[in-house]
Amino acid sequence: MEGFGISKTNIQSKRVEKLFRIIFLGMTLILILPVLVILGTLIVKGGSVLSLDFFLENPTNGMTAGGIFPALLGTIWLVSVALLISVPIGVAAAIYLNEYAGDNILTRIINLAIINLAGVPSIVHALFGVGAFVMFFKFGTSILAASFTLAIMTMPVVIVATKESLQAVPIAFREACWNMGATRWQTIKKVVLPNSLSGILTGIILEVSRTAGETAPIMFTGAVFFSPFLPEGVFDQTMAMSLHLFVVATQVPGVPENLPYGVALTLIGMVLIMNSVSIAFRFYLRGKKKW
Amino acid sequence: MNASTDNFTTAPENAPAIETQNLSLWYGNFQALENIDLKIKKGMITSLIGPSGCGKSTLLRCVNRINERFDYVRINGKIHVEGQNIYAPEVELIQVRKRIGMVFQRPNPLPISIRENILFGHQIHHKNQKSSKEEKDAIVEDALKHVLLWDKVKDRLHRDAISLSLEEQQKLCIARLLPVKPSVLLMDEPCSALDPKGTEAVEELIWELRGKFTILIVTHNMAQARRASEESIFMLMGKVVEHTETGQMFVTPRHKETADYIEGRYG
Repeated sequence: MEGFGISKTNIQSKRVEKLFRIIFLGMTLILILPVLVILGTLIVKGGSVLSLDFFLENPTNGMTAGGIFPALLGTIWLVSVALLISVPIGVAAAIYLNEYAGDNILTRIINLAIINLAGVPSIVHALFGVGAFVMFFKFGTSILAASFTLAIMTMPVVIVATKESLQAVPIAFREACWNMGATRWQTIKKVVLPNSLSGILTGIILEVSRTAGETAPIMFTGAVFFSPFLPEGVFDQTMAMSLHLFVVATQVPGVPENLPYGVALTLIGMVLIMNSVSIAFRFYLRGKKKW
Repeated sequence: MNASTDNFTTAPENAPAIETQNLSLWYGNFQALENIDLKIKKGMITSLIGPSGCGKSTLLRCVNRINERFDYVRINGKIHVEGQNIYAPEVELIQVRKRIGMVFQRPNPLPISIRENILFGHQIHHKNQKSSKEEKDAIVEDALKHVLLWDKVKDRLHRDAISLSLEEQQKLCIARLLPVKPSVLLMDEPCSALDPKGTEAVEELIWELRGKFTILIVTHNMAQARRASEESIFMLMGKVVEHTETGQMFVTPRHKETADYIEGRYG
């Protein structure tokens, strides 16, 4: 009679179970390896160039010395203007799709378009940006043209993040409002948006970190290798962190080895800080959430 | 038109509060309601009973036009509420919802304070006039007193509504309908998420509201229909089988199907 003790087949299944567990764990650890190697290399090789002066000074000696201030400022310009364009449009589109749109052909076409937009390679976005914003709308190569290109590229992220956080608000809240005679807009304004804000903001911050690192879309539309002037408005050209890294790493002779590493570390640091803020923020707001 | 208790009493005494004429409803190809003709009396509690899928919730949801939200729902026939066909083209959905309040199976208070929950309906319908704090206090107190909740929560009106027990939440959900001054309250199994004690308390409250509102309540619970309603409607397969005074339905049902259902032979 079989009791509750271990049998032969049990032993075998347990071994296989253990094996697979280890395999899956191993695969997962492989994932974090590149992150650690990249960060480690950057810190070891580029950590020495970081200083307040490095952030606040102009590049000198044909970009082989000095700081990165114009590139840093340029990236902030590009990201801010891109956000001003993509957030209102993206959030409004997500609200329409989630709160108003019925399940019909138009909605399906729109959803399909968003998915496809997310799949367009960044170099194609760049060329589209040149054709549409630089030439057709006559923005010239400028912050405005580059930011529009970035905005269109990152729009799907905003839409998807916003839609997901809207969907997370229970339908019962909406029914409660509708059945007191609230309109859709009153319901959205008073109940849906306040309760989905954390998700939307997280999505926006993630978009920021993605936008900051993009190179291709801004190369032909508004970013320059070097500029002796700081941008004063959206119709100026600007330097940018990602392009600056490309330039000092490959295009300029005689750059000291640690300088490109320093630039890369700064760029990745910006992204990581932004992502951490996003995560911290989400934790904070989730703690306040009552449902 | 404001549906206050005033014009409630001035309307002809014997006119039905809710009257359906030849009402049919389809979900896609499936016919959920077949030629429903009902007259529901003003100020009375009427329960809708019947086995799952008989159409009782669907019928309830027709009365405040929730069903039309779904594209695949098709409705034929008329529903008059206080003499007005609510499916007439000139009728505003917002007015329908104001005059006909709905209570759901699961209490669904909004994730804001108790006080804000009560004032929510009032505020969206009085956007353009600022009410003083005294007026708002009075509205909150009045609504909570109506649902026998005032003494329990008067010291914690600013607490989250979610922190209340389910029974209290359900009472709050009834209370927050009152400042909008509805004349009809629809309740879709209002006690099914509550424990026996909560059920008893909410049933008592519903009984308390009798006469002030026309109440239509869907229930699975025979005993509840018997305890907490004055008239009962028994439905089966999308049709009304019997509509009589509750006591009579449970003692001497006229139809065999009704008798079988009440005695628990199916359902």
